[in-house]
Amino acid sequence: MTPPDYEYLRKLFKDHSGLDLSSDKQYLIESRLLPLARKCGLAGIPDLIAKIRSGSTQHIVQAVEAMTTNETFFFRDKVPFDHFRDTIMPELLKARAARRALRIWCAAGSTGQEPYSLAMCLKEMGAALAGWRVEIIATDLSQEVLEKSKAGIYSQFEVQRGLPIQMLVKYFKQSGEFWQITPELRSMIQHRQLNLLHDFSQLGSFDVVFCRNVLIYFDQDTKINVFNRLARLMDGDGFLVLGAAETVVGLTDTFKPVPDRRGLYRPNGLRAGAGAMPRAAAVAAGR
Amino acid sequence: MKTCLVVDDSGVVRKIARRILEGMGFSVIEAEDGAVALEACKRAMPEAVLLDWNMPVMDGFEFLVQLRRLPGGDQPKVVFCTTENGIDHISRALHAGANEYIMKPFDKDIVVAKFQEVGLIALDVPAEA
Repeated sequence: MTPPDYEYLRKLFKDHSGLDLSSDKQYLIESRLLPLARKCGLAGIPDLIAKIRSGSTQHIVQAVEAMTTNETFFFRDKVPFDHFRDTIMPELLKARAARRALRIWCAAGSTGQEPYSLAMCLKEMGAALAGWRVEIIATDLSQEVLEKSKAGIYSQFEVQRGLPIQMLVKYFKQSGEFWQITPELRSMIQHRQLNLLHDFSQLGSFDVVFCRNVLIYFDQDTKINVFNRLARLMDGDGFLVLGAAETVVGLTDTFKPVPDRRGLYRPNGLRAGAGAMPRAAAVAAGR
Repeated sequence: MKTCLVVDDSGVVRKIARRILEGMGFSVIEAEDGAVALEACKRAMPEAVLLDWNMPVMDGFEFLVQLRRLPGGDQPKVVFCTTENGIDHISRALHAGANEYIMKPFDKDIVVAKFQEVGLIALDVPAEA
């Protein structure tokens, strides 16, 4: 790949997905785009780049999808799901006792492992949630991974990474070499295609937002902008869950870390219903 | 150092498992069938057992049943590792006291994930490659 090609693709991915590649990620682009080139019946990456440069929307969309990472497994990192069970849900069961309704957003739902892991956590809580209405909305940039999530079909390899065997037995049906999430669990998830760079206020309010391992690919201004728009969808007693390598600290004060709960944050009560748009959001929104 | 007993009639599988487990910091002993494994457990209970299902002399399921009846036999974490990938086999194994279940083919990531799941290794300590 020539340096001008690399710069061209960097800018393309940045503009379309917010993906912010540093100058040394040629290997990443090559490893993702070569399989795509072959899938498209092209000889190699140069041909694919030619298609992209000629403005082929179809190729641009597929390239952007191929670059957004979908590496995920059930109960990934485990700790966030412990937080969900031991901290988030007990607090919200009290705080929302009158309403008996909860809305959860998986902002990078990917191929479904995270939303289904949450659905399994909820099922494991059993009677504590009787009479409650719990919505899980899974969004992703990529329509392709959302389709996989909706189908809820996973390979033997995928169901063995992070998923306890008891959960596999309880919440999956075996079909040949594949395992499919039970219809009951699948019906708990609503899927929507969504680009976090765009307005997402139409999704409504949330009590819990899982936004893990997606903002790491964004530059600082974009991160701040997303955090501030997230805060506007959440009440002060809601919870934001970030990936292990992510933080709001030093970026925005719209969220504050929960002490001793790695990756867990709460809004700072700056919900902009009263028009109190944080300064950083105003700057980023003008981009 | 924790000990893991690897029970499999395939020397190749035992070798692969040994390499993975030693990389995770386990001391490994091997047995080629359930009967040999049971004798090893009577001498000294391991912390973990990685257990094939189909083997000559005594299969993995029978070994598990016998192990759980031994004094101290409730202690080892038993992780099946077998080509018996049907839900019926998995359910039987869990009822008989298996702690986890790996469907072959397996790799290091799966072994690490399953051993974390049953508390044999810590979450935050990634195994050496």
